[in-house]
Amino acid sequence: MESDRLQKIYIDFASVVFREEFLDNQYTQLQQLQDESEPKFVLQVGTLFLEDSEKLLNGLRSILDQQDVDFEKLDACVRKLMGSSASIGAKRVKNVCMAFHNSCKNGSKEGCLKCLQQVAQEYLLVKRKLETLFKLEKQILAAGGSVPVLSQ
Amino acid sequence: MAVGGKRRWWWKRRAAVVAGVTIAVSVWVGSHCYFRRENMAKAEEALVSMCEERARMIQDQFAVSVNHVHALAILISTFYYQKQPPALDQETFAYYTAKTAFERPLLNGVAYAERIIHSQREIFETRQGWTIMTMKREPSPMQDEYAPVIYSQETVSYIEAIDMMSGEEDRENILRARATGKAVLTKPFRLLESNHLGVVLTFPVYRSGLPEDATVVQRVEATAGYLGGAFDVESLVENLLRQLAGNQDITINVYDITNASEPLIMYGPQIPEGYMPLSHVSMLDFGDPFRTHQMHCRYREKPPLPLSAITTPFGIFVIIMLGGYIVFAAKNHYDNVKEDCRKMEELKVQAEAADFLATVSHEIRTPMNGVLGMLDMLLDTDLNLTQKDYAQTAQVCGKALISLINEVLDRAKIEAGKLEIEAVPFDLRSILDDVISLFSSKSREKGIELAVFVSDKVPEVVTGDPGRFRQIITNLVGNSVKFTERGHIFVQVHLADNLDLGADEKVYSGLNGLSQSEKVQIMSDCTFDTLSGFEAADTRNNWENFKLLLSDEMFLPEASTSDKEPDIVTLIVSVEDTGIGIPLRAQDRVFTPFMQADSSTSRNYGGTGIGLSITKCLVELMGGQIDFVSRPNVGSTFTFTAVFKRCNKDAIADTKRTLSEALPTGFRGMKAFIVDGKPVRNAVTRYHLKRLGMAVEVANTVKMMLNSLTRQNSNFRTGRQPYIILIEMDSWYTGMDVYLHNQLLLLKQNDCVLELPKIILLVTCEYDKMSTGSLVDTVINKPLRASTVAACLQQVLGMEKQKKELSNGPTNLRNLLAGKNILVIDDNKVNLRVAASALKKYGARVECAESGKDALSLLQLPHKFDACFMDVQMPEMDGFEATRQIRLMESKANEQISNGGASRGEDSMIVEWHLPILAMTADVIQATYEECLKCGMDGYVSKPFEEQQLFQAVAKFLVFSYSSDQLD
Repeated sequence: MESDRLQKIYIDFASVVFREEFLDNQYTQLQQLQDESEPKFVLQVGTLFLEDSEKLLNGLRSILDQQDVDFEKLDACVRKLMGSSASIGAKRVKNVCMAFHNSCKNGSKEGCLKCLQQVAQEYLLVKRKLETLFKLEKQILAAGGSVPVLSQ
Repeated sequence: MAVGGKRRWWWKRRAAVVAGVTIAVSVWVGSHCYFRRENMAKAEEALVSMCEERARMIQDQFAVSVNHVHALAILISTFYYQKQPPALDQETFAYYTAKTAFERPLLNGVAYAERIIHSQREIFETRQGWTIMTMKREPSPMQDEYAPVIYSQETVSYIEAIDMMSGEEDRENILRARATGKAVLTKPFRLLESNHLGVVLTFPVYRSGLPEDATVVQRVEATAGYLGGAFDVESLVENLLRQLAGNQDITINVYDITNASEPLIMYGPQIPEGYMPLSHVSMLDFGDPFRTHQMHCRYREKPPLPLSAITTPFGIFVIIMLGGYIVFAAKNHYDNVKEDCRKMEELKVQAEAADFLATVSHEIRTPMNGVLGMLDMLLDTDLNLTQKDYAQTAQVCGKALISLINEVLDRAKIEAGKLEIEAVPFDLRSILDDVISLFSSKSREKGIELAVFVSDKVPEVVTGDPGRFRQIITNLVGNSVKFTERGHIFVQVHLADNLDLGADEKVYSGLNGLSQSEKVQIMSDCTFDTLSGFEAADTRNNWENFKLLLSDEMFLPEASTSDKEPDIVTLIVSVEDTGIGIPLRAQDRVFTPFMQADSSTSRNYGGTGIGLSITKCLVELMGGQIDFVSRPNVGSTFTFTAVFKRCNKDAIADTKRTLSEALPTGFRGMKAFIVDGKPVRNAVTRYHLKRLGMAVEVANTVKMMLNSLTRQNSNFRTGRQPYIILIEMDSWYTGMDVYLHNQLLLLKQNDCVLELPKIILLVTCEYDKMSTGSLVDTVINKPLRASTVAACLQQVLGMEKQKKELSNGPTNLRNLLAGKNILVIDDNKVNLRVAASALKKYGARVECAESGKDALSLLQLPHKFDACFMDVQMPEMDGFEATRQIRLMESKANEQISNGGASRGEDSMIVEWHLPILAMTADVIQATYEECLKCGMDGYVSKPFEEQQLFQAVAKFLVFSYSSDQLD
């Protein structure tokens, strides 16, 4: 059956995503929060996260573009990104954010720039994964199957 | 270079010391000799000058005396012979000579003797009134001629009338004097009266008219008489020398060396005395060409060595020694410093190399991650087969590079001593499960069994470094997977106390390199009691031993879990494979970095060979040891020990709660039947099922299982829980599913089982799936992990929905939060959304605010909220500030209540306004927690929400209102 095949693809893909720690347990918890009252909860939160992060990244870039970097402002932004990535379970983004946060505390512009590069990269990766997951979920639903609940 | 160099250096140093001392001593001796010679030369010079001075003085005095005698001769010739009658008599002569004696300091006295021919003797004698006497004071015998003294100085008056020609020396003198016309000297002899050594000077007196160039005969003819004087050389020289300085220091000899072979002494001691080696000879000219005289001077004593000749060289010696020592010490110091410097250089180079490696590796890693990420994304897009192949190849290569870099980085860190071992509580079993799952796809591809078994006695949670432990296991299992094409890889963990390694030592050491015959014998046994039935290198791991271990555990259940458990847990971990093994000749350098068995290994299997050396380092860092047993073409077993700390009970509870991969508890009490002919393998399966809390039975074949089901049905019938049968692929054959299904149906009809048991097939490789029948409920792909088994069981039993209801937390939370008005404040929309949704899930009515200010306006008293979740980090007004403001508002309102009585009316049940405020923070640090409490918050929850923690936090202050809620 089409939905079975899709489900298998979904599980395989998701397990790779989890094994490589793009996402962690928090994501599965989000999935468990999704029910009839909020059928598109994960998708909504994910989209929110992606939009929010995009803005935050732009914010980080513009702060770091300035001659005199306002590290406090930068740190606030980083913390925000760290918070939302923790909420969605984007573990790798969160980890880089922690390093970023340390760089901010040390006031090392070089370190911050490096972290920014990394965090942008991790963001792109997790965005790709999330989009693929969402696409698969959509396809599964369209094929009449149910999205398998991932468990660790 | 160390030993030889040191030795050479030591010899060099020794030679330098000897050379230095030699130089100092020779300088000492040399300078001493120089001073000595210098001193001698000076003494000689002084001697020469003194000698010459004396000689000149004597000579001068002598000459003066002779001149005066000459003058006397002229006087006599003038006043005695040229006056008629002669104007000279004895009285006058004596008076004159006495008065002029100072002119002749060397002469005792002078006398004049007249030449008398025998024919004139009688006339003369009568005129004088005395007879001529000989030296012996006798009347002179008849002679040709006589020379009687007629005038004499008073000092020599005793010679008057004595014939001078009667004395040998005097006669000779007289003859020579009248012949030459000059003053002549006798050889030295003892003088009359004084008996002193002396010489007699004789001077001829001629009658006038003698020409200058007169012949000898003419001279003899013209001779009138002879003036003579005695030099008392001894006393006179003595007197003379006494006047001079330094007289005491030198001794002087004067010789008459007219007869060179027989020098006659004139002055000085008969036997020469004094310091012989140093002497000076001065020639003396007394005016008599016939006679020659010499003066010998020498020091009375050896000239004393001046003190400086000793002290100065010694001083120089000391200075040179000191200088040498300084140079030596400086050189030594220099050498030491140089050596230190060299060592520092080496260390620096090492450190730099390590640092450099670390930096470079890190720098490479960052962009490489980007490359890999992009490849990942590329693979997610629609690619055709070729493109996909290229991209995958690139990804594989990239991953290999990253892992190599990680290894190099680790190695560099270890070498730089920067690697530190953590000590955190962790669940060993879940880490092993993780590692197994990493290699699951590879093992499935190759069709090898991959299994893990942890002894029940190993504590669930231990304190140590999970990352490093994982790395060690990953390295070893990775290696095994790489080199194994058939058979199995088996990871076991036991307590070290249970394995008596010592007893096996003999077997152990004898294993590497069995003789050929033994090997053949072993090979002839087709199957072995190992996991897969293939032979393993380390025979300790076969079923016999394994059984012992297991039975040990069964007989002594919980015996060691009493209160007296030691703090330290020593685990023995073995990773056994049935791969190609390690060639005997390569076995001793397995742990050397970059040493693979041979060059072909890296060609065939890839890798750098750095992994095992890192593994060894890590094991040693964790206080353990690693060893291995390997037989080519049989397999290898790596065994290492690891030392961990036991956790106390609280920590275990904490860790379990925070560990993300807590196993579901829904299977407790379920029953399972394992059908497996291989004891080791079914022990592994049992281990995983037991972890899920299931009761397990084992049968070797399906038939046996059915038999035992039939027999023991009564035991199981009471159980309401579903019944699960796990069947290994080996025990399966085509058509089995139908047979089994029918049998089970039969059982159910016979009321042996209440429900049809679920049938689960355990397979090793993908291929096996094809041959399973449709009547099997599900297939579990090995390697087994408790969590995958759990997931499968959930799927089979349809437990997903139940699961949430099963656990206690959510229901309680639901009770607590249902109908509550809760305000969530967070500037982060994502967080806000997630938090709100989570709280809504438990039935709460949630409102959201995106800033502290919004929250304040919503919380103007009176308000409807039962609780508030507040993010700490917010722009403009952070959580702490917002809380302070809220508390300020509340205290104002409370004052009003207490002051103004019941301003809110009688119906008010609330005594005081106090809104429970919970901080939401991402970093749960103690300091943050304290600050939360300080500014008036009631507690905190970490972001993202965790059920248990949320429950704990909320329960503190909502449980009371819960009951009142029920009343409503």
